[in-house]
Amino acid sequence: MSEIILPPSLTAIRDDFLALEQRDRLQLLLEFSQELPALPPRYAEHPDLLERVEECQAPVFIFPEVDSDGIFHLHATAPAEAPTTRGFASILAQGLDGLTAQQVLDVPDDFPYMIGLTEAVSPLRIRGMLGILGRIKRAVRAHLG
Amino acid sequence: MTVDLDAAPELFGYAHPERLVTTAWLEKNLGHDGLVVVESDEDVLLYEVGHIPGAVKIDWHTDLNHPVERDYINGEAFSDLMIKKGISRDTAVVIYGDKSNWWAAYALWVFTLFGHEDVRLLNGGRDKWIAEGRALTSNPSTPAPAEYPVIYRDDTEHRAYREDVLAHLGNPLVDVRSPEEYVGDRTTAPAYPEEGTLRAGHIPTAVSIPWARAAAEDGTFRSIEELTAIYRDELGLTEEDEVIVYCRIGERSSHTWFVLTYLLGLDGVQNYDGSWTEWGSAVRVPIVKGAEPGVVPV
Repeated sequence: MSEIILPPSLTAIRDDFLALEQRDRLQLLLEFSQELPALPPRYAEHPDLLERVEECQAPVFIFPEVDSDGIFHLHATAPAEAPTTRGFASILAQGLDGLTAQQVLDVPDDFPYMIGLTEAVSPLRIRGMLGILGRIKRAVRAHLG
Repeated sequence: MTVDLDAAPELFGYAHPERLVTTAWLEKNLGHDGLVVVESDEDVLLYEVGHIPGAVKIDWHTDLNHPVERDYINGEAFSDLMIKKGISRDTAVVIYGDKSNWWAAYALWVFTLFGHEDVRLLNGGRDKWIAEGRALTSNPSTPAPAEYPVIYRDDTEHRAYREDVLAHLGNPLVDVRSPEEYVGDRTTAPAYPEEGTLRAGHIPTAVSIPWARAAAEDGTFRSIEELTAIYRDELGLTEEDEVIVYCRIGERSSHTWFVLTYLLGLDGVQNYDGSWTEWGSAVRVPIVKGAEPGVVPV
């Protein structure tokens, strides 16, 4: 069995979650959701934000960037009424920010299943985080051409 | 009943006004002996962000769904849940939640499958309570354990299975999803994640009445006059009808089930919780695409 290699930032997040009892894991997810920074002004009027579709489960808008040094940054926003989605985005923003584009692509697609939230949050909801990670990787791949 | 009914004039006219309470009534009755307030949301963390003081949390995924099979919990598990949440068999339960009470209505429907007698919805749900500036707390509630008997779930009256729907074709069938889902342009609500459905469209003969037509801007239910115009006049439903409602996984249709059963007073309404995620994935069931309901297959 090969050991899964995660970047140190994601390893730390995973270990923090796994060290907690189930109900405390929800509390940590809540803390992540509260730590999601506001969008920088250059994105605040992004046209996507104007296309909010009502009746949608936790609309999340992500703005993945690879800077001129090849370093990845993620900005994201989701409404305050969707703390779980905000928490997912915040985990990925904190865990992926500062990695190289290739390191981001090397993150296992099923990372969201590794942080011990499946029972506390439910597998169906974890799929939301899988979706965000998938979109991030697509954007990075497009950037690398 | 151990807890008074809400006599607010705005609830007059509904067939079963005892199934609703207003925010003002709830604020006045918080802490009343024999009353337990339950929050049930789409987002599993909203309760932790802030909830009505004293309210307990019941989550549709982690509490009400069977952990393995696609079904609801059994009588033993429901009894354990009630005991943990401080709910006795004669407790008056008031449920509220996000999204115009979708998940609150869904939880209320599950309580009904277990025959819990006094279960009510907070009209307008979480959003109205907050919009009116009423109190919230982030302190988790610690209810004293209650006593609750093991009650076997009875699905016959309010729940429809796929084979019931097949046998029902030709009788009133209401699809409460968005128009795009009904027509077959997509299989999920706009911006919802794909959940494995293989085919798009609707069940033959189903009429499209999106759930939101029953909700006002503030998340409360529309007046009895407005609901009568939609469901009795436009759709032609009467007391004699057996009706099945469905959506994608049964939550939006719980909202419409509540409207038809308790606000309009129709007795024969069932919620098909398998809904599109089952029907659209099932082998050899008929599907219609496009804006017309279609006909019963021969």
